[in-house]
Amino acid sequence: MVSPIHLKVNGQPRSDEVEPRLLLVYYLREVLNLTGTHVGCDTSSCGACVVLVDGKAVKSCTMLAVQADGSEITTIEGLANGSELHPIQEGFKEQHGLQCGFCTPGMIMTALQLLERNPDPNEAEIREALDGNYCRCTGYHNVVKAIQYAAKKMKKEVFHD
Amino acid sequence: MTNMIGKPVKRVEDKRFISGKGRYTDDIVLPGMLHAHIIRSHYAHAKILGIDTDQAEKMEGVVAIFTGKDIAEAGINGVPCGWQVDFKNGETMKEPPHPLLVAAKARYMGDAVAVVIAESKALAKDAAEMVMVDYEPLDAIVDAAMAVEDGAPLVHEDIPGNMAFDWELGDREKTNQTMAKAHHTTTLEFVNQRLIPNAIEPRCAIGDYDSTNDKYTLYTSSQNPHLIRLLMCAFVLGIPEHKVRVVSPDVGGGFGSKIFHYTEEALMTWCSKQLGKPIKWTAERSESFMTDCHGRDHVTKAQMGFDENGKIIGLRVKTFANLGAYLSTFAPCVPTYLHGTLLQGLYTTTAIHVDVTGVFTHTTPVDAYRGAGRPEATYLLERLIDKAALEMKVDPAALRFKNFIPPFDGINEPGFQTEVALQYDSGNYAPVLKRAMEMVDYEALREEQASGRNNGKLIGIGISTYIEACGIAPSAVVGSLGARAGLYESAQVRVQPTGKVSVYVGSHAHGQGHETTFAQIVADKFGIAMEDVEIVHGDSESVAFGMGTYGSRSLAVGGSAIMKGIEKVLEKGAKIAAHKLEASENDLEFAEGKWTVKGTDKSISFGDVALTAYVPHNYPEGLEPGMDFASFYDPANFTYPFGAHIAVVEVDKETGKVDLKRFIACDDVGNVINPMIVDGQIHGGVAQGIGQALFEGAIYDESGQLVNGSYMDYTMPRADDLPLFETDRTVTPCPHNPLGVKGAGEAGTIGSAPAVVNAVMDALAPFGIKDLEMPLTPEKVWNAIHNNQ
Repeated sequence: MVSPIHLKVNGQPRSDEVEPRLLLVYYLREVLNLTGTHVGCDTSSCGACVVLVDGKAVKSCTMLAVQADGSEITTIEGLANGSELHPIQEGFKEQHGLQCGFCTPGMIMTALQLLERNPDPNEAEIREALDGNYCRCTGYHNVVKAIQYAAKKMKKEVFHD
Repeated sequence: MTNMIGKPVKRVEDKRFISGKGRYTDDIVLPGMLHAHIIRSHYAHAKILGIDTDQAEKMEGVVAIFTGKDIAEAGINGVPCGWQVDFKNGETMKEPPHPLLVAAKARYMGDAVAVVIAESKALAKDAAEMVMVDYEPLDAIVDAAMAVEDGAPLVHEDIPGNMAFDWELGDREKTNQTMAKAHHTTTLEFVNQRLIPNAIEPRCAIGDYDSTNDKYTLYTSSQNPHLIRLLMCAFVLGIPEHKVRVVSPDVGGGFGSKIFHYTEEALMTWCSKQLGKPIKWTAERSESFMTDCHGRDHVTKAQMGFDENGKIIGLRVKTFANLGAYLSTFAPCVPTYLHGTLLQGLYTTTAIHVDVTGVFTHTTPVDAYRGAGRPEATYLLERLIDKAALEMKVDPAALRFKNFIPPFDGINEPGFQTEVALQYDSGNYAPVLKRAMEMVDYEALREEQASGRNNGKLIGIGISTYIEACGIAPSAVVGSLGARAGLYESAQVRVQPTGKVSVYVGSHAHGQGHETTFAQIVADKFGIAMEDVEIVHGDSESVAFGMGTYGSRSLAVGGSAIMKGIEKVLEKGAKIAAHKLEASENDLEFAEGKWTVKGTDKSISFGDVALTAYVPHNYPEGLEPGMDFASFYDPANFTYPFGAHIAVVEVDKETGKVDLKRFIACDDVGNVINPMIVDGQIHGGVAQGIGQALFEGAIYDESGQLVNGSYMDYTMPRADDLPLFETDRTVTPCPHNPLGVKGAGEAGTIGSAPAVVNAVMDALAPFGIKDLEMPLTPEKVWNAIHNNQ
């Protein structure tokens, strides 16, 4: 049995027929070949699969693809503006906010929502926002720094606009 | 570009990772690829009476089901162990087979019983539900110290007392005599609990047999692709090595757990041959919990003896090391040669004896996890010395300063010969502790602690100093200690005709940033731009050989192999340059990417020399064309990084929660190529050590069930559990490798756990609490406080 879904992923309209039990993360990874979104667990605990669904950070292993019917999805692949990195991506590079890179897309998407809601978070607020994302490499130190970098940069950009 | 060494160069690999373009094993999709689901025993110990696959085989999309019987009938050996540690009486280590799928008996929860291969992952899993395995559950044993007792259930029927080996190091008699004379003796009995490494990327293996040329490709999330190829070909599947390519692309963290040759790698390779199609297996997280090798799990009693001046005179250690149900690749060396040999620590102790029994239990195999043996040794020493300081009523920092080995550079002064086989290369131990104390403002903090105590505030300050043996390892030495492999590293430096450089390294990066650090070295030495250097790793088809990445060895051993290649290029380049400049080689100097005739402006660039090597029209007579050098580097000794960590905690008396207020790490990893990356390594290591101290620990029930085998149940540090870390370094170069580097990957993990535990014990000292076992959960701390009031 398959169900039709129509949605936008990184600005591109998509229509597919999927098994109702197919998780959104596997739809992204295996149907659309957007492998930047990762699967790190089976309990919605690690956050490696976070994407934006209609602007909200969602663990895409917690949602069925059919539930995303009609939605707009943004994945890590859709974040940069052409060759210009998003300030959060830039922050992760500048502040060494990643090592193995596996949790990084989820971290970045989570940070994106944080900074949209709170453009000037303090350290505690950043750490709280990352509470659903595991990183085993960095001890979070430079992830925090990366988000602080991005917040600063995004504020400047708003100011210049 | 010159002067690249020592600079915090941003990582070149980051671009792909932050753009979602990392290529991990599970991202690979091959044409016609099938998917495997492995059926695992949910009993820790059970006879397999029968397996009924009839219904499952008839399901749509199911291609094949293989069981342990099929594997046995195919005559496939189990996965081998790469390190032999024998019994004291000379008897050979017990080495039971570890089959790819078990036929008769499951020996731990997660032992693989059958594999279902289907057209999709979901179909394979559906079909697995329909495979009926008839088990007869048996009694299990999970505790190492209990497993050796009479009447304990046997993991392998032919291995009495569940003992794999027993081993000792040091002078037993001298130690006993010395301990008998001790003015003060401190005793510690503890469990260094079992940890689950939990790299965020689950393990994955894709077998791909190509019948057109009878070649196999294995894609695997490994830290160690070349060794996997050797072990799988020569010892498991018996296929010619030159017919097998192993690729480990981007790997999402390893921390030791991806060093080893796992059964799934050989299973996917073999199944692919049977079906003529590529087959992928990706672990679910619960499978990772059950089957990634675990770490630590020591049951230890240790005693430290002091003379009347507070000098440590003796150390006696007895450890039962849990090895799990089978011997993983490097399992025997972890509790022995990576643990016992580190018990000198930073101290001048004159008599040491350590006795280790390696024990089988009905649990997941245990092997190296970040630090591997060295965290266990450091925890033992640093808890003992802190407890002794408390008992003798002296400051724990002062007691350490009194006992430090005096400085030695390993060049003008010889290395320090320990009582436990190793010879330290260079060390200067007091400055790291002094610096860490300065960073934390130790004196002021002690005052704050004292006034806090008067106000009911439980502040604790915990120190830990450590040494580790890294840069693993001199082949002849480890060979004499039981290693069945050499532990050199290989690198091929290929200068392309246009002067761009490709370097093929046997090291494997899975977060360490080799593509940056190694490129910095090459760019610096050749005076070329970073972007003109490419580091290639993880593919046996392009890299000649390698021993992989673990034991903080990549820069000390792999980087040294690159240095050898660099020297060969410069040597040959000088010959070509001399010919082109019509000068003597002795009159040339190489700097800023060109050879110059000293005292003149006559020069030739690195790029022009490279082109000449490949277009050798005007060329030195007798010199081979080309510029491509393969090198192997076998280190002369281990390297010995060291450091001092200080944790500051506040314990909430009402809830028992430990709040880690500050964490200071002053490490000495020798010379540093990229300080940004080294700091990152320290941060991550420290976080894992804090995880052990406060949060983590595998829990088995008596029947051998892993009861916290998920991220919902096994606690790891999250962002809001940790502070920003305060780091600094001293530099004592390694005297025996060309870069003077010692390694930084494990330092954080080794130093941090005892610092945190010492801090909590310090906070709880007013209650008369001297010892608590890790992890120091709120429940444990609360109970201790309230039972001691």
